[in-house]
Amino acid sequence: MAANSLLASLRRELFASRGDALLSAGLLALIAAAAIGLLRWAFGQAQWVVIQANTTLFAVGRYPLDQQWRLWLLVALLALATGLSWGLLRANPRGDRSGVLWPANDRIAVAVLAFLTAWAPAALRLALPLQLRWWGITALLLALRWAAGRWGRRHPPQLLRWVPLIWPLLYLLGMVLISGGLGLIRVPPSEWGGLLLTVLMASFAILASFPLGVLMALGRRSELPLLRWGSVLYIEFIRGAPLITLLFLGQNILGFLLPGGLAPDRVWRAAWVLTFFCGAYVAEAVRAGLASVPGGQQEAARSLGLSVPQSLQHVVLPQALRIALPATVGQFISLLQDTTLLSLIGLLELLGTARTVMANPDFLGKNAEVYLTLAVLFWCCCAALGLGSRALERRLDPSHSPA
Amino acid sequence: MPEPRTIPWWRDRRVVPWLVQGGVALVVLVVIALLLGNLVRNLTAAGLLLSWRWLGQPASFDVAESLIPFDAAMPYWRALLVGLVNSLRAILIGLVGATLLGTAVGMAAYSGNGLVRRLGRVYVEVIRNIPLLLQLLFWYFVVFLSFRNGTEALQLPGIVLAKSGLYLAWFAEGWRWQGPALVNGVWQAPWRFSVEFAALLTGLITYTGAFVAEVVRGGIAAVPRGQWEAATSLGLHWGASMRTVVLPQALPVIIPGLNSQYISLAKNSALAVAVGYADLYSVAETTLNQTGRALEVFLLLLGAYLVIDLLISLVMNGLNQLVQIRER
Repeated sequence: MAANSLLASLRRELFASRGDALLSAGLLALIAAAAIGLLRWAFGQAQWVVIQANTTLFAVGRYPLDQQWRLWLLVALLALATGLSWGLLRANPRGDRSGVLWPANDRIAVAVLAFLTAWAPAALRLALPLQLRWWGITALLLALRWAAGRWGRRHPPQLLRWVPLIWPLLYLLGMVLISGGLGLIRVPPSEWGGLLLTVLMASFAILASFPLGVLMALGRRSELPLLRWGSVLYIEFIRGAPLITLLFLGQNILGFLLPGGLAPDRVWRAAWVLTFFCGAYVAEAVRAGLASVPGGQQEAARSLGLSVPQSLQHVVLPQALRIALPATVGQFISLLQDTTLLSLIGLLELLGTARTVMANPDFLGKNAEVYLTLAVLFWCCCAALGLGSRALERRLDPSHSPA
Repeated sequence: MPEPRTIPWWRDRRVVPWLVQGGVALVVLVVIALLLGNLVRNLTAAGLLLSWRWLGQPASFDVAESLIPFDAAMPYWRALLVGLVNSLRAILIGLVGATLLGTAVGMAAYSGNGLVRRLGRVYVEVIRNIPLLLQLLFWYFVVFLSFRNGTEALQLPGIVLAKSGLYLAWFAEGWRWQGPALVNGVWQAPWRFSVEFAALLTGLITYTGAFVAEVVRGGIAAVPRGQWEAATSLGLHWGASMRTVVLPQALPVIIPGLNSQYISLAKNSALAVAVGYADLYSVAETTLNQTGRALEVFLLLLGAYLVIDLLISLVMNGLNQLVQIRER
């Protein structure tokens, strides 16, 4: 029965007419040939040793070896925070959720996580102690997820309100751990690199560009001509120029604009350029969201006696930001991709590190392996952000929540 | 008679907006004045105060490929012009290629063949989630630089892919169709593209094509289903109904979306510097390294890309006027 319906649907989808059948057969042959070629290359010719020998470089760049325990500590803390938030989220579901502690999605996520922990460190030929560390970190995450789920069930949801606070605290703590200070040895930004630098740049620019974008969007819709024209000027200036020319501005001209000695170092200059760049695009996304909120909402809020800032904060922005969410996350995804441009101005983020590795005579000509690995890594991160955005969209959609 | 209650000035709706604007203007002006003051002081100290005279000095560097005559003895402005022409060439061909590819893939989303639909989807999802710079480097270093020269080059009918360039068949003198030919171990053809240009174009077209495909798909989705059904019941087959009924109605939705994709293609063409193609940005960077004129070079770049963006917007707005459905 099932086999029959499968055959029928295959027939309808792929072999509806003679032309369709020919097309499908040709495409299938092409796909098979490409897949076989790729697999043969990946398991036969490709020399993955270029990745395996440089895992540390790809992960953290030239971060001093004797200070790397700080990064491990940070990863462990992140795992703890993730486990805690995840468990409490499931323990205190909103009314529209089933309230199951381990829904199917979570079980899949755990399976994927377990597989990755077992496979990736081994495939990357990490030293055994490092492999053990990764297993320990995953175990920590899952244990806390389990414990938080049970603990959260027995405690009032009021406690839950304080949980999101651990994330900004952790971010600040992470910054201290990475850059030093407060008794830790300073590690200057020029020694950060690889995935660490990519993630830092992207996360900093995302966090800082969001408020900037919202402010600029409000400014562009403001009734005050000065604010409006200022915002328009800023947004259109940024959107008219390629990012690479703005990075050029940051590297070559910012030093002239600021009094001597005040200019931040190259890494932070690039981070600020990324922030201002992304802010302009976020502003356009938020402006579209603001435009889709009916004017009556603002008027109703004002006639209830709310001031302009209050009506924005409680009535207009919550609706506008929900509508602007997909476009905003889309901008964040392209920001993550745009961090690769930092390699063009000589910063050693993921792509910059990759290019230094490929310039090493031992690994000359191993371009395909390195670029493919980076592509898979970026693809996974961007696809995950996209999935998260869609999940958040569903969660915030008022038509799905209980009345 | 009680005194009329006066509103305190900080809540007066006639005063507050001006106060807010005045405050913002003051802050902005002070910041700008500080920045400009620093700029002038620092530039004076470095002896680089704004001047355009260096544009007339000989460039003394070579540009790898150029459509207009150029050599190292010619002035900087000429070198920058060569870069601009190279950029425009990449942008124009890129626009055409991305539109064709994107339209095909966008239409594939409505194909009756499930395999074609899914392949289109996979293409879009793969391309959109990988940084363009990474893709450009991949095309250049992994694909185009792996071709061989001479007899070992990849030879297809009318096209030869060699490490020395991409050779295309075209009409030679006297409207004679001429394919690539090997002369003394070197390929000759009416049309030759450098590998750098070919890699840049391939990257730009495949990347922008994915975004154009989404725009086209969205435009077709905005056409009511009944239009399809009406076209089919008139006896039109899939291709004819798409071409004559659905696409024309989707155009008013598609063209504004295309506008922003075209502008982003134009801006992305500046990544040519990564694959060694001598576009405007790459020539400008060399100019900066030789002259140290950061501010002037930046202003030139900014102005050039702004003009290109505006031109694209103008053309697309004109097109948009043309395709608007005129209702009686």
